[in-house]
Amino acid sequence: MPDSPIDGPAESLPDTAGRAAPQVRAAVRQALSVSVATGLYGVSFGALAVVAGLSVAQAAVLSLVMFSGGSQFALAGVVGAGGAPLSAILTATFLGVRNGLYGVRLGPLLVLHGWRRVLAAHLTIDESTAVAVAQPTRAAARAGFWWTGAGVFVAWNVMVLLGALAGDLLGDPRAWGLDAAAAAAFLGLLWPRLATREVRLVVVVAVVVSAALVPVAPAGVPVLAAAAATVLAAQLGPLRARGRAA
Amino acid sequence: MSPAALWVTVLVASALCLGVKLAGHLVPAHRMASPRVARTADLVTAALLAALVVVQAVGGDREIVLDARLPALAVAAVALALRAPFVVVVVLAAATAAALRALGAA
Repeated sequence: MPDSPIDGPAESLPDTAGRAAPQVRAAVRQALSVSVATGLYGVSFGALAVVAGLSVAQAAVLSLVMFSGGSQFALAGVVGAGGAPLSAILTATFLGVRNGLYGVRLGPLLVLHGWRRVLAAHLTIDESTAVAVAQPTRAAARAGFWWTGAGVFVAWNVMVLLGALAGDLLGDPRAWGLDAAAAAAFLGLLWPRLATREVRLVVVVAVVVSAALVPVAPAGVPVLAAAAATVLAAQLGPLRARGRAA
Repeated sequence: MSPAALWVTVLVASALCLGVKLAGHLVPAHRMASPRVARTADLVTAALLAALVVVQAVGGDREIVLDARLPALAVAAVALALRAPFVVVVVLAAATAAALRALGAA
């Protein structure tokens, strides 16, 4: 994430809350367009979840409570491949770890207590964090966070439900190419992260490890093993020097 | 997975994901904000997504299966390189695989 002035101490930033400053209005507009775009791919999650074997109700509960696209796609992917519950749970949770780090970043920016903090945590996802940290003022950042979080929450859950209901009617998922759609969905989530050489190196390692393990390990294990290999490599540090240079 | 096991999976994974989000907002910032932690989390996210691409694209029942999914993934990659929106990428991949199968090509 790029550094922005909102990383600075709170006092150094103009607090324009109370008035709808141009920056705040711009943040809200950005939030709404992000919400619409995200809702559109909620349809694909709903359909793929049902194809993977989840019921419409399970797809809906997942979207309401887990509310994190990557983790949801991952859980459905492992379940659809015939993975064990533990593999599905671990894969979804590890993919959700980045949301925890977003929270660390957003905490000092939002400065919340009690139920508002819990609500903010629930709405902490890629989109709300990205919009919040991209704003030039603290007020715009807060508006961006809440409007994106709430907007995506509504759009995502409505569209997942529609997608799940549609997926239920489709019949053979392979005839519709929905298995390939799932692979494309993960590639789409990965694509924006390929910017650094370190990440691209990790992707190569993950591809080799997971492909090598598919024939020999139970479903779900190849994905977790790829992540474990990455953690190990990151701790040992062979990727570090090259990552810094990129 | 039985429906009951699937419900447990859905609920436990959802609770853990929510718990991770809450933990991020509750821990003192200095504890977790080290560049090393952020970097490892970034890399793990990328590794998980890359492995999920592999498993979805060529994974079979304990075997590598090369079928219509792979050319569909290639189409998705081209669409992403051309900055197509997420939903277009997904639909193009599905359409490619569906068309190849309808033609009996893969």
